[in-house]
Parts: sequence; structure tokens; C-alpha cells
Amino acid sequence: MSARHQRTLALPAYRPDPDGTHPPLDSPDYRSTALRHPLRQPLTLPQSATEITGPVLGEGRIGERDNDLTVQHPGEPVGQRIVVHGRVLDGDGRAVPNSLVEIWQANAGGRYRHDADVWPSPLDPNFDGAGRTLTDEHGRYEFTTIKPGAYPWKNHHNAWRPAHIHFSLFGRSLTQRLVTQMYFPDDPLFDQDPIFNSVPEAARNRLVSRFDMNRTTDHWALGFEFDIVLRGREATPFEDDDHDH
Amino acid sequence: MTTSSTLPSTPSQTVGPYLHIGLTWQDGPFVVPEGTPSAVWIRGRVIDGAGEPITDALVETWQCDEHGRFAHPEDPRSAEIGSGFRGFGRSDTRSGDYGILTVIPGRVPDRSGVLQAPHVDLSVFARGMLHRVVTRAYFADRPEANAADPVLSTVPDDRRQTLLARPSTDGYTFDVHVQGERETVFFDV
Repeated sequence: MSARHQRTLALPAYRPDPDGTHPPLDSPDYRSTALRHPLRQPLTLPQSATEITGPVLGEGRIGERDNDLTVQHPGEPVGQRIVVHGRVLDGDGRAVPNSLVEIWQANAGGRYRHDADVWPSPLDPNFDGAGRTLTDEHGRYEFTTIKPGAYPWKNHHNAWRPAHIHFSLFGRSLTQRLVTQMYFPDDPLFDQDPIFNSVPEAARNRLVSRFDMNRTTDHWALGFEFDIVLRGREATPFEDDDHDH
Repeated sequence: MTTSSTLPSTPSQTVGPYLHIGLTWQDGPFVVPEGTPSAVWIRGRVIDGAGEPITDALVETWQCDEHGRFAHPEDPRSAEIGSGFRGFGRSDTRSGDYGILTVIPGRVPDRSGVLQAPHVDLSVFARGMLHRVVTRAYFADRPEANAADPVLSTVPDDRRQTLLARPSTDGYTFDVHVQGERETVFFDV
């Protein structure tokens, strides 16, 4: 092996997402995008070791009750108890194991425990709205929480966000990092929400969880299933050229 | 390549204004532990198209250690990394600035074996941004390494300075201009 290759990692490459996957950064109906989207096209960055690695976090960062948002206070939060579960997969259907999943959300009345959220809906003293967990060896995760309420915002007159839970995923590489929102089936607020509708139409249903009777527990909680797909790897992993050895 | 088994990716959504509930950690800024002898702060603002600081953004950083090793199982040398080096930093901008405490990373080769200049990858998230943007910070006081960097060489001359972190009193300053005349170069990764 030549000297210049001695420290080259065997680098996999991650497929780019095709057009029509993600919302455009410039989405005029969501007014806050106006001054917060680049005007110039991004340059292509060939994936090097910096991009195909990434934070692999979690050990020592997860408390025993971090995936149950209903037991973080002496009393129980108000609202519809739900179990949200699913798998984190890559684009080839492979499980993404031992990977950090972070969530945050409003309470049952649609109020966030945050200084900047001051609309007239009560805070719940028994609900913070933050959770985290690690996927298991099959890429599975599960949270117990309260179904969040819808909440009003100032994007346009009488604008209401559909109920949603924010999700943050790390995957196994910087290229797979994803922050998204999970919605609930058949929400009547979808039509007027510019954030949900910023996603190309054919891809929107990927953000909507499925009601799951099998994971609904008698006299306890409704089940919802939400699988998350992160970018897959190129079919042929990159290998060092051999011809100059 | 698309095969029948390919699953389409889940779309991105904005972190929204309440990202702090879920995404901030007390130790978030510490890529290296406080007290690390060669540690430097990288600080900066995230600035919108009107020139105003964005105070509800989150900056995440990722890099190798001073010897070019990544805290990641894909790197065969990850086991040699000293304890406490995480490689990852995250900081919100509520105070007007983000800030991470880190070390200047070593040089790592690109895919063809050409050494890159020391660099830190940054992802920026914010209310009003439906997807993260990704950029790289290089170090302005490493001109020789920067001149040989295979990524910087693809950036038009007049925009290259947007990728340079400038020396400051306790480390470096690296502002991210999301939009406008001084718009930072962003990358598709």
C-alpha cells in the first residue's frame, strides 16, 4: 500500500436523497423561511471520513425513565396516554441499532414548557415534554407520552399547527442526521399547515404515524407506529484504487 | 443506485422555536473536557438575510481529534482516543452566540488520499429552516494547509473566506451567514 493511502479509511458512501424528499428551504407559505434560506446553491462535498462518521451517543446519556414522559414528576400528566413506537431503518431496510432518538412536544393543551410559548393554554405541572432513548439491536424505539394538542401560531390568521412530536435522529454518520416531526393520522389541520405542506406531496404521508391497535393497551394507552428511514449506503462501497500500488 | 428494496427517506422538518426542550444539553458545548490544555473556543453568530442574529438556532459540530482520529466505530483508531474527547458539540444561540470548546483537529485524507486541512463540520438548525444546512469551518491561521485542501479548492475565491474561522481572544470566531451578500458556503453532503 502506498504511503498516501495508509490512513485512508474504507469509506462507505451515502446515497443522496432524490428530489421530492425534503421540503425546500425557501417555502414562502411558511413565512419565517424568507430570511432564513440561502440564496445560493449548495456546493457538493465529496463524503470524507468527517462526513461518514458522526456522533454515536447515548451510553451514560439516557436515564431509566427518559423514554416515559408520563413518569417524570410525582403526579401524572393530563391527557390521552399514548405509546409511540417504531423502527429506525436505513434506506436499504437495515436496522439502525444503538442510536440516539430525542423527542420534544407540547402538552395535551398544546402548550410547550418554554419561555417563548405564552399563549393562553395551561402548563401541566407534571409534564415537561422531552424524551430520549436508544434504539435496540433491531432499530426499535418506544416512548410513552401524552398526545400533544394543536397550538396556534402567527404565520397567518387563525393558523394552528397540527398535533406533532419533534424527532431528532443521529443514525451512524453525519450524512444521516435528521430532525423531523411526527404527525397523527387524519388530522383536520393538515390542509392549512405550511410546515407539513412544505414537504413534497408524495412524501408527506411518511411523516404521519399509523394508529396501531396491536400496541393499544386495554384501559391504558393508544398505540401509534412511526418508522423512520435515514439515508442508505451506495450499493458499491467505495474502495481504494488498486492500480497505483 | 435504486433497487426494489430501497426505502424512501423520511423528510426533514424544522426544529421550530422550542428546540431547547429537546436538543440542548448542559455539556453540549464540550467537544473536549474543560481544562484540556490545547482547547479553544469556537464562537459565532448565526445571521439571517436582514443581518440580524438568529437567537433560536442550534449549531452542531463534528470533527476528529488532534491526531485525526474520529470517536466512531468506523475509524479503526477510535480505540486510541483519550477519554473525554467526544468529537461532537452542540450549542444554541439564545445568548446571541453559539460556542463550543474544542481542539484544532488533525488532518485527515479525502477519498483519494489527499490530505485535507483541519476542519470542523457544522450543521445549523433553526425555526424557519425546514432542513439543516451544513458547512465547514477551516482555520484562517493555517494558510498552507488551507491552500492544499481539496474541498476549499472547489470554492470560488471570493467566497472562500466565508469558511475561515478567525483567531479571537480565546480561540476562533466563525459566523454563519444563512443568507445575503456574505452568505456562507453551504454543502450538500
